Amino acid sequence: MTLGGEWYLGLAAVIFTIGAIGLLYRRNVLVMFMCVELMLNAVNLSFVTMARMLNDVGGQAVVFFVLVVAAAEVVVGLGIIVAIYRRRVGATADDLHMLKG
Amino acid sequence: METLDALWLVPAFPLAGALVLLVAGRRLGRPWAGWLATLMCAGAFATTVVMFAAMVGLEAEERHHVTRLFDWISVGGLDLHVAFLADPLSITMALFVTGVGSLIHLYSIGYMAHDERFPTFFLYLNLFAFSMLTLVLADNFVLTFLGWEGVGACSYFLISFWFTRETAAVAGKKAFVTNRIGDFGFMVATFLLFGAVGSLDYLDVFASTEQLATGTATAVGLLLFLGAAGKSAQLPLLVWLPDAMEGPTPVSALIHAATMVTAGVYLLCRVAPILEVADPATLTTIGLVGGATALFAALVACAQDDIKRVLAYSTVSQLGYMVLAVGTGSFVAAIFHMVTHAFFKALLFLGAGSVIHGLHDEQDMKRMGGLRKWMPVTYATFLVGWLAISGVFPFAGFWSKDEILLGAWVKGDATGYLLWGVGLLTALLTAYYMSRQVFLVFFGEPRCDDRGDAAGENAHAHAQKPHESPLTMTIPLVVLAALSVLGGALNLPFGKPWLFLEKWLEPSFGEALHAHDASGSLKFGLAAVALAAAVAGIAVAYARWYKQRPDANAAFEPVPLRRALYLDTAYAAFFGGPGRWLAGKTAYVVDAKVVDGAVNGVAAIVRSSGTQLRKLQTGYVRNYALGITAGIVLLLAWTAFRVAG
Amino acid sequence: MTATLGVLAANASNVDTGVFAVCAVVMVAGALGVVFSRHPVHSALSLVATLLGVAVLFVAQEAHFLAAVQVIVYAGAIVVLFLFVIMLVGVDREEDIDDEPLRGQRVVGAALGLAVLFLVIALFQLGSSWVTGEESVRGAAQVTAAPGVEPVENVEQLGRSLFTDFLLPFEITGVLLVIAVVGAVVLARRLTKEELAELRAAELVEVNQDLQEKVES
Repeated sequence: MTLGGEWYLGLAAVIFTIGAIGLLYRRNVLVMFMCVELMLNAVNLSFVTMARMLNDVGGQAVVFFVLVVAAAEVVVGLGIIVAIYRRRVGATADDLHMLKG
Repeated sequence: METLDALWLVPAFPLAGALVLLVAGRRLGRPWAGWLATLMCAGAFATTVVMFAAMVGLEAEERHHVTRLFDWISVGGLDLHVAFLADPLSITMALFVTGVGSLIHLYSIGYMAHDERFPTFFLYLNLFAFSMLTLVLADNFVLTFLGWEGVGACSYFLISFWFTRETAAVAGKKAFVTNRIGDFGFMVATFLLFGAVGSLDYLDVFASTEQLATGTATAVGLLLFLGAAGKSAQLPLLVWLPDAMEGPTPVSALIHAATMVTAGVYLLCRVAPILEVADPATLTTIGLVGGATALFAALVACAQDDIKRVLAYSTVSQLGYMVLAVGTGSFVAAIFHMVTHAFFKALLFLGAGSVIHGLHDEQDMKRMGGLRKWMPVTYATFLVGWLAISGVFPFAGFWSKDEILLGAWVKGDATGYLLWGVGLLTALLTAYYMSRQVFLVFFGEPRCDDRGDAAGENAHAHAQKPHESPLTMTIPLVVLAALSVLGGALNLPFGKPWLFLEKWLEPSFGEALHAHDASGSLKFGLAAVALAAAVAGIAVAYARWYKQRPDANAAFEPVPLRRALYLDTAYAAFFGGPGRWLAGKTAYVVDAKVVDGAVNGVAAIVRSSGTQLRKLQTGYVRNYALGITAGIVLLLAWTAFRVAG
Repeated sequence: MTATLGVLAANASNVDTGVFAVCAVVMVAGALGVVFSRHPVHSALSLVATLLGVAVLFVAQEAHFLAAVQVIVYAGAIVVLFLFVIMLVGVDREEDIDDEPLRGQRVVGAALGLAVLFLVIALFQLGSSWVTGEESVRGAAQVTAAPGVEPVENVEQLGRSLFTDFLLPFEITGVLLVIAVVGAVVLARRLTKEELAELRAAELVEVNQDLQEKVES
C-alpha cells in the first residue's frame, strides 16, 4: 500500500510555489528559466499522482508530452538567451524594458 | 365611378397650370400666361361646382366622400395617404377659394400688365391656389399641413415679389418667420393626436373624440389655435399682415383677405369636434383672443394713412370676429362671415388696387380725394364694399356680423356678454374707419395734384390725370360687388328654412353645432343695436372727414394708434435686446462651455485614464509575471469559493 | 508530526513513507537552492537534486517508464544544456541578489506565492469532484492492478495508450521537436558577412541610445 495521494499533491504544491516565487525574485535569465522547470516538474508530479489516484494511465501520457514540450522549449529558449548575450553581455531580465508603455 | 371621385381634379388644375408656367411661362409671355392661370383656376371652380351639385343630390348623412389617390407614408403605426375629403365644409371653402381666386386672377392680368415678371406672378398664384385647395380638401392632418406650409411659402414668394425693394424682402421674411411659430403649434398638436388616437385621418379622429382625455383635447385645441393664430394673424402674431401689404395688391386681396388667412379659422372649424370635448376654457381663450384682436386692429386702423394698411388692419379685425365666433361655439357664423368677408374684402382690396393703379402708384390717402369723378366703377363698387363691411342692412356683412354677435349674446355667460360688447364696439369702429377711408379717397377736393413723384408699385408712363381701370380689372369688381349685396342670403336668420348654410354645414360639425333658438324679437333687437352702432360710426366719420381738410383731425389720429400701439416696436426691442442677450448666452455659455465642455471632458477623461493605465506597462517582465501570478491567485480563490460554497 | 505519520503508517508501508519523507526533504532543499543561490552553477546542481527526487517519486507511484525518461531527458539533457549555456555566457558572473530595483516586487511576490500555496492545499483538502475529478473518471487503463487481474507492465500500458488514444498528440510532438531543432540551428548559425555588418551597425545605435538614457536618468 502506498502513501495517500494528498501528500504527493501537497509536495507538488510546495515545489510549484517555490518555483513561482523564484521566478518573481531572480533577475538572472537562466535562473528564471530553471524556476520554470521547477514548476513544470511539480505539475508532472501531480499528474502522475492523479493517474494513480484515478486509475487512469492518461495522466502519465500527459506527463510524457509535457516532458517533450519542456525539452523543446529549453532548446529554443536557451538559443535565444545565447543570441541575446552575444550582443549585450551581462543582460538581466530588467535590462529588456524597451516595451515600456 | 362616382362624380365625387374626381375631386382630385380640383387641386390638379392649378397644379397643372403652375407646372406649365414653370416650364413655358416665359415663352407664353403676357398676357397668355395670365389667361392660362385664370383658366386653370376657373376650371377648378367649375369642377368644384360640379362636386357641389353632386353632393347636394346626396342625403345629409352621406355627404362625406373620401377620394384616395395613393399611399404616401406607411411606417410603423403611421399610415398616411394622399386623399381628399369632400364634405360640406371643405366644398364650401373650395367654392369660394376657387371662385374669388379666379376673379383675382382675372384682375391681375390687368394690374400686372406692365410688370417684367408677369409669368412668374401667375406661376406663384397658381401654386398658391393648389396649396390652398390641398389644405382645404385634405382628409388628414399631415396633408393639410402640406398645404398649410405651401400657402406660407407662396405667401413669402408673393409678398416679396418686388424683392429688390428692401422693405418687401423684409416683409416676406417676417411673414414666414411669424407663421413658423404657429406651425410649431400645429405640428405638436399633430404629434399629440397621433399619440392619442393612432391615426391622423379626420374621419378617424373625429370618430374617436370621446376617447380623448380632456387634457389631451385641450392641449391639442390650444396648440392648433396657436397655428391658427399665426396663419390668421391674431394677437400676438398679427404683426406680419400689415407689413405684407408690400406685395402687389392682388396678392393682398387673394392671400391676405380672402383665402390664406382664413385657413386658420378653417382649421379651427374643422377640428370643432375636438374643441367640443376640450376644457371649456379653451374656447373661452380662443374667443377672448379673437375679441382682443378685433378691437386692437380696429383701433389701429382708425389712424392709418396708407390705403392698404387700413384694409390690412381691417382684415385682422374681421378675422378676430371669426375667431371670436369660434370661441363662442358659433362655428357656422364664423364660416358665414368668412365667406361674406371674402367677397367684400377682396372687393375692397381690388378697388384699392384700382385706385392705386389709376393714380400711378399713390397709396397715401391724404393725397387722394374726389376720385369719384374719374373712377366711377371703382367708386360704386367700393361703396358697396364699404356698406357691406360696416354692417349696413341689407348688405352681406350685416347678416354675418349679426350672426356672430347673436352667438356671443346667446352664450349667456360673462364671457359671452363681454365678447358681445367688444364686437359691438368693434363694429362701430369698423364703420368709422371705413367711412373715413371712403371720404378721404373718393370725396372732397382732389389732392392728387400736390403730391411729389411717387415711385412705387408699378411705375409706368401714364397721363397725369387719374383714370379708370381696364375691363379685366373692373369686371371682377362688379361681380364681387354683386356677391357682397346678395351674400347675406346664404344664411338668413328668419327661421330654419332660410338657414341654408347652417343646414348645409350640419353634417360637418355634428355635435358641435349649437343651434340656438333665440326668439325673433331678440334677434331683431340685437340687429337693431348693431345697425345703430354702424350708423353712429358713419356719422362721426362724416362729421370729421367729409369736407374737412385731412390734417384738421389730429386728435382722432393719436400717435400710439398710428404706431399700432407700439406692438412692432415692442417686439423689435425684445428680440433685439433680451432676445439677443439670451441667444448670446446660449451660444457662448451653454453651447461652448457646457455642451462642448462635456464632450471635450469625455475625451479628457479617456486620455487621463489612458495616461494612468499606461503606468501598468512598466516594460519589466518580472512585473508582468507578478500580474500573471495575481491572476492565478484570483482563479484559485474563485474555484475555492465555488467549491466551498 | 509523529502522530500524523503514525496515522498514515497504518495504511502505508514504512518503506513508502520513509522514501517519501527523504525525497521531500531533498526536493525542497533543492528547490530552495535553485532560488536562493548566488551562483548559477549552484542553482543548476540544486535543480538536478530536485529532478532526481521527482524521478524517485515517480517510481514510488508505479510510473517506471516516466521515471527513467525523467532522469535521461531532464537531468541528463536539459540540465546539461543549462550548464553549457552558463559556461558559454560567463561562469563567474554573480547576480546581486540582495538588491531589488523594482519596488514592491519581492513583497507582493512572496504574498502571492504563499496565497497560491494556501489555496491549492485548501482545494485539495476540500476534496470535491471539482478538484479530483472523481466523477469523470473512466479508467482508460488500469494503473494499479485490481485484485485477481493479471497486472500489466507499466511500459506496455503507457505504450498502448500513447499509440491508440493519444496518437495524434504523439505525432504532433514529433513535429514540435523538428521545429525546435530547426530553431536551434537558425539561432546558433554563423552569420554571413553582410549580416554581421548590419549587426555591428545596429549595435552602435543601441549603445548610443543606452548612453542617452543614462545621461537623461
